[in-house]
Amino acid sequence: MIIVDAISVQAGEFRLDDVSLRVPTGGYAVLMGKTGCGKTTILESIIGLRSVARGRIWLHDREVTHLKPAVRGIGYVPQDGALFSKMTVEEQMGLALVIRRVPAAAIRGRVRELAELLGIAHLLHRKPRGLSGGERQRVALGRALSFRPRVLCLDEPLSALDDETRRQMCDLLAGIRVKTGVTTLHITHNLVEAQVLADCLFRLENGRIEMVDLAEAT
Amino acid sequence: MSGMAASRPAQAPEAEAGAECQGDLGRPRTPRAIALSDAAFFTVLGVIGGVYVLLILALLAADAAYMVRQTFRAAADTPQPWLTALTANPILTALADRKIQYSIWLSMISCSLSAILSVLVAVPLGYLMARQRFFGQRLLDAILDIPIVLPPLVVGLSLLILFQFPPFSWLARDIVYQIPAVILAQFSVACAFAVRTMKHTFDHIDPRCENVALSLGCSRVQAFGWVVLPEAARGMMTALTLAWARSLGEFGPLLVFAGATRMKTEVLSTSVFLELNVGHLEAAVAVSLIMVVSAVIVLIVARLWGARDMGL
Repeated sequence: MIIVDAISVQAGEFRLDDVSLRVPTGGYAVLMGKTGCGKTTILESIIGLRSVARGRIWLHDREVTHLKPAVRGIGYVPQDGALFSKMTVEEQMGLALVIRRVPAAAIRGRVRELAELLGIAHLLHRKPRGLSGGERQRVALGRALSFRPRVLCLDEPLSALDDETRRQMCDLLAGIRVKTGVTTLHITHNLVEAQVLADCLFRLENGRIEMVDLAEAT
Repeated sequence: MSGMAASRPAQAPEAEAGAECQGDLGRPRTPRAIALSDAAFFTVLGVIGGVYVLLILALLAADAAYMVRQTFRAAADTPQPWLTALTANPILTALADRKIQYSIWLSMISCSLSAILSVLVAVPLGYLMARQRFFGQRLLDAILDIPIVLPPLVVGLSLLILFQFPPFSWLARDIVYQIPAVILAQFSVACAFAVRTMKHTFDHIDPRCENVALSLGCSRVQAFGWVVLPEAARGMMTALTLAWARSLGEFGPLLVFAGATRMKTEVLSTSVFLELNVGHLEAAVAVSLIMVVSAVIVLIVARLWGARDMGL
C-alpha cells in the first residue's frame, strides 16, 4: 500500500501543498497530469529523492517520510531508463543484489529468471549502448524488480516508445503485475496506457490530486 | 521556399534581379545570390579560422626548420655531413647532457605527481560543485577560477609569501626552492583546470542514474563508486592529461617559488629559460622540441580517450 498523506514539497520555485494519494496493496495506480504540474515531484518524494516539508508517506504500514531511498525498497524506472552505461545488462540487473550481499550464484539465477520474464535473456552481456528504446525500458524494469520490491514507481516509462513497442510493454507490465503482485504507481500522459493498465486513476491538476472514475475517463 | 525559388528562371539577368529587390520587398533573393552569400560566409569563416591554425603549425614548423638548418650548417664542413647531422644534432646533444636528463626526469615525475594530485582534488570538488546546491556556491566557483586568471608570476610570488606565515613557514625549509615547491607550484594552477574538467564531466552525467542507484539500495558512497565514477572515467583521464600538460608548461610560479637551480629544481621549461639566458639558442630550441613532442603525445592520449566532447 502507498499512502501519501497531505504532503508539501518544494522543488525549486515550484511548490506542491497538501497533496494526498492512496494506492491499495497490489493495486496499479496511474497518475496523469499536464507537463510540469508536479507528477515527477510526487513520485520522487515517495522514492525519497526529495525531502518532504510537511505531511507523511507510508509504504505497507511503515512510515518512510524521512527515510533514505536505499531503505524504502522501491523499484524505480525513470523516463528513459537511465541505464548505467558502463555496466552490462546483467551487471546492472544484479547491482541491487550485490549491494544486499546476495551470493553470486543466486544473483545469476535471479537475473536470468527476470531476463526470461522480460524477454531480454539474449541481451545480458551487452552494454546499454545500441539497445532499442523498448529493450532499454525492459532492462530498467528488470533492474527495478531485481530485489523483489513491494512498490514499483514508473515515471513515464513508455513515453519515448513507438505504438507497437508501447503495446508490448503494456502487456508486459500487466503480466508482471499479475506475477509479482507489486503495488505500482505509474506516471503517464497517455490515456490509453492508463485505461489498459490502471485499476485506479489519479489526475494532478492545479496542485490537487483527484481520483478519476476509470469508466468516465476520456 | 524551394518551390518558389525553383519556379523562378534560374538564369535571371542580374539587372532584373536587382530591380526586383529594390521594388518588391516580399520576394526571396535569387538562388545565385543565396549561393554566393553562403559561399562568402563559409570562406570568411574558413579564412579567419585558417589563419590561426596556420599560426600554430608555423610555430612548430619554424622550430623544426631552425633545428634542421643549424644542424646542417654545423655539419657542412665535416667529411660526412649527413652522418654528422644524424649523430651530432642539437636534440641528441641536449639529450646527452646530464643536466637536461635530470630536467626531463624531474619534469616527468613532477608533472605526473601534480596531475595525480590535481585529479584527486578535482574529483570530489567537481562532484560537489556539480551535484550539490549550497550557500556561497557562486563565490566558490569564482574562487576556483582565480588560479586560471591570475598572472603566473603572481601565483609563484603568493606561494612564496604564504610560506612565510605559520603553519606553512614551519615547512618552508623543506619546500621552498626544493623539489616539493616544483610540484606545489604546478599543482596550484593545474588543479584549477582539472576541477573545471571534472565539474563539466559530472554536470553531464545524468543524476537520475545516481537516483536509481540510491533506490536500488546504494548509500551515497556506493552510488558514487558503482555508478558515477565509472561514468566519469573519461573525464578523469582528460583532467589528468590536461593537468599534466599544464604542469609541463608551468614556468612563472616555478621560477619564483622553486628557483632555477640546475640539477635541483630545473624542469624542462626552466631549461629553456636557462639555455636562452646563456645564449644557447640551439639548446633552448632542442629542449622546446622535446616538450612539444611530450605535449603532443599527451594530446594524442587525451584524444584517444574521447576527450573531444569535454569542451576544454
